[in-house]
Amino acid sequence: MKVLTLLEAVTDALRTEMTSDTSVVVLGEDVGLEGGVFRATAGLQRDFGEQRCFDTPISESGIVGAAVGMAVAGLRPVVEIQFSGFAFPAFNQIVSHVSRIRNRTRGAMSAPLVIRMPYGGGIRAPEHHSESVEAFFGHIPGLKVVIPSTPHDAKGLLISAIRDPDPVIYLEPSRAYRAVRQEVPEEAYEIEIGAAHVEAEGEDLTLVSYGAQMMEARQARAALAAEGRSVELIDLRTIYPFDAATVVESVRKTGRLLVVHEGPQSFGVGAELMATVMEHAFDLLEAPPARLAGPDVIFPMPRGERHYLTSAEQVAAEARKVMSYEP
Amino acid sequence: MIENYDPREGRTLTLLDAEGKLGPLPQGMPRLSDDQALAAYKAMVLARQADEWAVNLNRQGRMPTYALNKGQEANSVGALMALRPDDWLVPAFRELGGLLIRGIPLKHWYLYWYGNEAANHLPPDTYRTFPNSVPIGSQMVHAVGLAWAERYKGSDRIAITFLGEGGTSEGEFHEACNLAGVWKAGVIFYVQNNYWSISLPWPKQSASATVAEKGFAYGFPGIRVDGNDVFAVYAAVKLAADRARAGLGPTLIEGETYRLGAHTTSDDPTKYRTEAEVKEWEPRDPLTRLQRYLVCQKKLTEEEAVRLREQSLACAQAAFEEAEQVPDPAMEDMFRWHFLEMPDLMARQLERRKT
Repeated sequence: MKVLTLLEAVTDALRTEMTSDTSVVVLGEDVGLEGGVFRATAGLQRDFGEQRCFDTPISESGIVGAAVGMAVAGLRPVVEIQFSGFAFPAFNQIVSHVSRIRNRTRGAMSAPLVIRMPYGGGIRAPEHHSESVEAFFGHIPGLKVVIPSTPHDAKGLLISAIRDPDPVIYLEPSRAYRAVRQEVPEEAYEIEIGAAHVEAEGEDLTLVSYGAQMMEARQARAALAAEGRSVELIDLRTIYPFDAATVVESVRKTGRLLVVHEGPQSFGVGAELMATVMEHAFDLLEAPPARLAGPDVIFPMPRGERHYLTSAEQVAAEARKVMSYEP
Repeated sequence: MIENYDPREGRTLTLLDAEGKLGPLPQGMPRLSDDQALAAYKAMVLARQADEWAVNLNRQGRMPTYALNKGQEANSVGALMALRPDDWLVPAFRELGGLLIRGIPLKHWYLYWYGNEAANHLPPDTYRTFPNSVPIGSQMVHAVGLAWAERYKGSDRIAITFLGEGGTSEGEFHEACNLAGVWKAGVIFYVQNNYWSISLPWPKQSASATVAEKGFAYGFPGIRVDGNDVFAVYAAVKLAADRARAGLGPTLIEGETYRLGAHTTSDDPTKYRTEAEVKEWEPRDPLTRLQRYLVCQKKLTEEEAVRLREQSLACAQAAFEEAEQVPDPAMEDMFRWHFLEMPDLMARQLERRKT
């Protein structure tokens, strides 16, 4: 097995699927010769040709809309949106067409495409380059939304997304792109969309996170373990359809829940998970479910981003509060 | 040939005059045969009768809001006659005549406006037709992608998409034209310029003299045709289709036409336009002109025309009754078509709704 970064695992997944399936084409801004601004598509144009991996004009709505046509015509387009903050011009296509074509045609047509985009802050990027967009997309009926936090999952989830018969928004935590390394199998494999991953078992608290924020969650778990606290850490991996069963089952065991995510708190993934746990495990709760999310503010420019991001210490502190709660 | 009708020089391609006379066609101009013209006429009459019956049904309270094609029928009919049945069609929502040429049963059109998604269950391998597109202008890029994919697969199928002149103000018009130009996509953009986008007249929609001239800025030709002349529409689309199939890229066609009816049955055009203006356009009604031509060519008699209208009305009535008989969607249908396999989250919501 090769040791890859999360970013390299994305490239590896694209390469794997492009090799085995000629209907897979990659398009986006600067994805060809340049290999993408983060180099996620590095070498693909060289190895597969300009028909398979090509640059588009700066035209997010056009790219996504054209991918709808390509997908209906039988291809498996993988679109790269350069940054999640640039996905908004494509919102009409995503909401009005990508997510709807199967339902509107009662199954006569479908749009099995993937829209990849780096998301989230912490990389000292300019304005409009740090948005957490998972809650918007998770709220749109007809879309699947996934977020890997490890190289292994990045490859498997992307392969699953490309093979999925329905459209998948694949969000890549840019802060974790080069920060996480892991052994990744060379062959193709899938990670089930809709399945959370219990990354580490524990008894005292269920800590749920995803994406780049998993890095702080892991550190917090380790710090708490040193204090003798046993935390069960779940990587949600799929925002929609999220794995309610795994989260609820864990909370039934621990009686306590903390959800940590970078995106703004209100109407966020934390709210949804807390509500789900309240519905299905209310009588087993030993403390009010808690969330530690980004504030309801516009993501700051680099000099101020430290005020926004949640540290491992903050996660650990919040976890201690939940674990020490007594009615 | 298209270059001979540069809209920037004020030219519009017209072949059939107001009296229904077809002059000698320029060398190389594609010509709809008289048999095809009769088939076009039949589709246009059926579309017209279907519209009128739908308005009647709406007044009876049996049909929800309905968008009319009246006055614009020659555009989609002529266009679809110039294409192959396996080319892609991405309509807006005033292309009933074209759908009929495609062989899509009128029942589906009625069922759509009646409010049942089952209307759009048209297998693409059979019809290669997208459902009506309501978000204005957003459908154009789909045609660009379809054309790109067909070329990628090595086929010579092309795509046509329709929109109204109002759609040219959307950002997606620009994105679609720009992408198609850069990709030399085998696509035809057909703009039905019916002068009114609900209440806004063309001069307030754009400061451009024509829609067609916008094509040149994207690196491909635009042509303005008399959209109420099925011969001209056919010729322009045929020329554009030949270009597209030969790999020469897109064409922007502006069909100059007029919406003789309301925007939809919920609209009252007397609030924003004069009766006199409508009267001015009535002599240019595409059906009248084509009927005159066919009578003159002895392909049709006045009596046959009357009988055809009656038969078409009966056909529309029968089609609507068929649509009315289609059972309303079951609650499951609201859930089951979002994904190939319904996620547990949705399955639980469905179960809860059922109880």
